[in-house]
Amino acid sequence: MASDTTTTTGAPAAPPPPPAPAGAPRSAWRGRRHRWGVRWGPYAHIAPFFVLFAAFGIFPLLYTGWASLHRVELTAPTDMEWVGLRNYARLLDDEFFWNALRNTVTIGLLSTVPQLLMALGIAHLLHGRLRGSTFFRVVALTPYATSVAAATLVFVLLFGRDFGLVNWVLGLLGAGPVDWQNGRWTSQFAVSTIVIWRWTGYNALIYLAALQAIPDELYEAAALDGASRWQQFRHVTVPSLRPTILFTCVVSTIGATQLFGEPLLFNGSAGATGGSDHQFQTLGLYLYEQGWVNLHLGRASAIAWAMLLILLLAGAAVALVRAWRRRTR
Amino acid sequence: MRTLIRRFRRRALALAAVVALGAVPAAGCGPGGEDPAGRTVLTVGLFGSFGYQEAGLYDAYMRLHKDVVIRQTSIQRNENYYPQLLTHLVSDSGLADVQAVEAINIAEVTATQADRLEDLGRVPGVRREDFLPWKWRQATTRDGRTVGLGTDIGPQAVCYRKDLFARAGLPTDRDAVGRLWAGDWRKYLETGKRYRDRAPAGTSFVDSASGVLSAITGGSARRYYDEDGTVVYQSNPAVREAWDIAAAFATEGLTARLQQFTPSWDQAYANGTFATVSCPAWMLGYIEDKAGPAGADRWDVAAAPRPANWGGSFLVVPKSGRHRAEAARLAAWLTAPAQQATLFRRRGSFPSASAAHALPAVADARHPYFGDAPIGRIYTRAARGVPVAVLGPKDLVIAQNLADVGMLQVDQKGRRPEDAWDAAVRTIDNALDL
Repeated sequence: MASDTTTTTGAPAAPPPPPAPAGAPRSAWRGRRHRWGVRWGPYAHIAPFFVLFAAFGIFPLLYTGWASLHRVELTAPTDMEWVGLRNYARLLDDEFFWNALRNTVTIGLLSTVPQLLMALGIAHLLHGRLRGSTFFRVVALTPYATSVAAATLVFVLLFGRDFGLVNWVLGLLGAGPVDWQNGRWTSQFAVSTIVIWRWTGYNALIYLAALQAIPDELYEAAALDGASRWQQFRHVTVPSLRPTILFTCVVSTIGATQLFGEPLLFNGSAGATGGSDHQFQTLGLYLYEQGWVNLHLGRASAIAWAMLLILLLAGAAVALVRAWRRRTR
Repeated sequence: MRTLIRRFRRRALALAAVVALGAVPAAGCGPGGEDPAGRTVLTVGLFGSFGYQEAGLYDAYMRLHKDVVIRQTSIQRNENYYPQLLTHLVSDSGLADVQAVEAINIAEVTATQADRLEDLGRVPGVRREDFLPWKWRQATTRDGRTVGLGTDIGPQAVCYRKDLFARAGLPTDRDAVGRLWAGDWRKYLETGKRYRDRAPAGTSFVDSASGVLSAITGGSARRYYDEDGTVVYQSNPAVREAWDIAAAFATEGLTARLQQFTPSWDQAYANGTFATVSCPAWMLGYIEDKAGPAGADRWDVAAAPRPANWGGSFLVVPKSGRHRAEAARLAAWLTAPAQQATLFRRRGSFPSASAAHALPAVADARHPYFGDAPIGRIYTRAARGVPVAVLGPKDLVIAQNLADVGMLQVDQKGRRPEDAWDAAVRTIDNALDL
């Protein structure tokens, strides 16, 4: 479909027409056509993306918003009963929603903070003179290219209570077996491990690209001024990386808010409860449980929109803090 | 930023969906049509392992009907299969010509999707009197349309490890083992305590408290709903009694503290860490798969304390299919007594067609993996005593949360049974949206 759209709507901006005998009216028409092409051609070229985005991005977003104002069940999605903001109001005293929100925040912190710090360190190592640097870059990106299902299933086995490798190693060290799945913190730690494993290399490569864009002169100047390696890192590297760090923070925050596959599969394919006590049920998982286990599409839609609003609120809060700091400086 | 959100969400969801749905839905969604040779292509959408293909039933049907080709798709877990089936039904697209429905969902399908399904009670060759009356009724609407034909039922026995029983000083002969707990699940609990006192190191009496809960609950007619369709699980003495006995297994330390149908449960079969498990007929194949050759000559089957049913399925034919008549004929043939008997002999799925129970293929069946146990005799007797269950639309949600939230907390987190019950009730209340 994408290619169809490109060829038809892209035609006006196509390469020059075949040479024709020059004549005044004809060249005027060609000029007009040329101007028209210059003016609208670019839009035509980017149109396929926006058509797809409208169909698969905007429409579901708006329809979800509409559904969230109704009582609607998966058994009959066309029977919608208007309930206004009730689905949102009930989230306020929905213990499972708040539990999921708390878990999302804690798993988000547990996974994002170490992930970005480690990525920075790895980027620093890769940036230095290194034999076989391409090899290590590919290695860093491998977990990112691994399917979340395969990775999580392996981690489920690693963190198994009775026959898991992690507990076996702990046993060798003299520590008792840990029931990873059933503790609140142990399960969240385990889920975070999967996230860290998958995304650290990806962020490291982004940092590496930014590192390579920092001019060597800055380091030389700092060194001439007598700055130590640590001072160079603090006063040259980190300020230069600031926009990149901000970008990775934003992307990781969004990813953490929508965390779904890892906690779903960490439950050993036993459903979307996020553990017997919902101890690692994230917002994404709770949304899925409401929609596709309990079949309440309206309530699931409200959770989806609440997640978007939470992200927007977080973004607004960050913007406010930055504006305030700029003014007080 | 919104683009990012969408892209991220879509990627995560797509991945998760593919994973969760068993990574095969694409093939199952193609509309039935015709193959290059002009033969009618009928698609069959299943969950778990029905064994039609393995038992050679498709090949047999295609030999009888040269103009038909059957293609099957299957999704591992019903929890993932059922939401997809509902989505396809309500959007009238992506359906196979014949679809399976688990017994725990049949009430909801019959109540809400009947007008999207063919009335199979009128298909030529389908004889109502061939089926167990309660099985037939479960898929019949109030106005008398039968939208699903029963495949198998899940009469229960108890599978046990002869070698572990011997080492714990318990009898190993299947009739003697059955007598240990005949008539009362509490005797099963008492046997568990005897086992615990002399248990071989590293083994437990039973796999999980949730498994015991499902087994006992399957023995009462009224479970989560009453005859008027009111949710009554909280006040139903049968459910509370099942809960108390199952919780006692956990608090007495008789379980291996596992969750059924998870990787660690499978590992425990392979490593032989528990001595008994509630065993509906369809579980035999699962045990053989997971315990593998190492478990041969160790497992056996004894009668359960009381007759109970756990699981079983139906076949339905969606109206949106392109070959409805052919699909209905296929569903009728697959569920006819002769084919159900074949399936039992080859795969251990116990016939819901009572007409098949007397056939030699069923009545005289033995299972080599389970010490040549006379599974035909054991399960036929169990099936005879199964009560006619009152089903309700949200049976799955209630049963799942009682097991995977409530009883799992008792079993794995050591929570007090009363507290765990309250936690389960809160989750169920939230899910039912009453």
